[in-house]
Amino acid sequence: MIETVFTPFQSLFGGALIGLAAVLLMATVGRVMGAAGILSGLLQPQDFQDWSWRAAALVGMISGPAALMLVTGEFPAVQVPVSTTMLVIGGVIVGIGVKFGAGCTSGHGVCGMARLSPRSIAATTTFMLTTGLTVYVIRHILGT
Amino acid sequence: MRLITTYLIGLVFGVGISISGMANPAKVLNFFDVAGIWDPSLGFVMGGALIVTFIGYRYVLKRPTPMLSQTFHLPGRRDLDLPLIGGSAVFGIGWGIAGFCPGGALPALGTGSVDVWIFVAALLAGIVIANIIQAAMARTTQATA
Repeated sequence: MIETVFTPFQSLFGGALIGLAAVLLMATVGRVMGAAGILSGLLQPQDFQDWSWRAAALVGMISGPAALMLVTGEFPAVQVPVSTTMLVIGGVIVGIGVKFGAGCTSGHGVCGMARLSPRSIAATTTFMLTTGLTVYVIRHILGT
Repeated sequence: MRLITTYLIGLVFGVGISISGMANPAKVLNFFDVAGIWDPSLGFVMGGALIVTFIGYRYVLKRPTPMLSQTFHLPGRRDLDLPLIGGSAVFGIGWGIAGFCPGGALPALGTGSVDVWIFVAALLAGIVIANIIQAAMARTTQATA
């Protein structure tokens, strides 16, 4: 476990930028700003145009840390408090879950919730609960 | 024009994720550790994103079409089913194990952290596995129908 500092202002501002990106993507190409959806669509694109906007958005996302570094002088912190095995197991499980659940934190939790979609509200409630439960079991019952 | 636009939107998203702390699994996991070293920051990320999207969508979705496309691609379904709830429950378990969700991990690839690349490779493998299962399920449904 790694202790982290509560950052209400940065987090609120960063969140607002995430929201801005979601609004702009809908206003321009008419798409939901869901990271899982954009990524999985790259593997099964409808046509080249569908593939290309997803690829461009992904490259933009990956440029984010470097753009921030131009302003602050450093990359955002990425502190991984879990083992490589847990990263791999967790990654595969996340991939299966977001594909069947048709969305992740950005797709359901931000875009779908903002539209008051019943499916997204149910999905977000479900994954927030199971994430919390998993963290509780791993940290306080298994004690790792 | 379309690609430059979506690149820049991806960039705004990536900068937002980076500033917010969502690219940092330690911070994300501590949000869920209410019984331990709780860090409420993620609630502020979700709150800020939701407020802006809720208001922005009101204006955008009133327009007849998006600026660079013929239609809004909005999921139309409103019913709850097992894949939605089961898949979301499974996603949460994985998120709790690894600490990364897709939206946090994709921008974090840009920090060059090997851990992030490992997670995203596993994430892609999971999506491919789900695609194979879904294709098999579709074949079974067709065969029995």
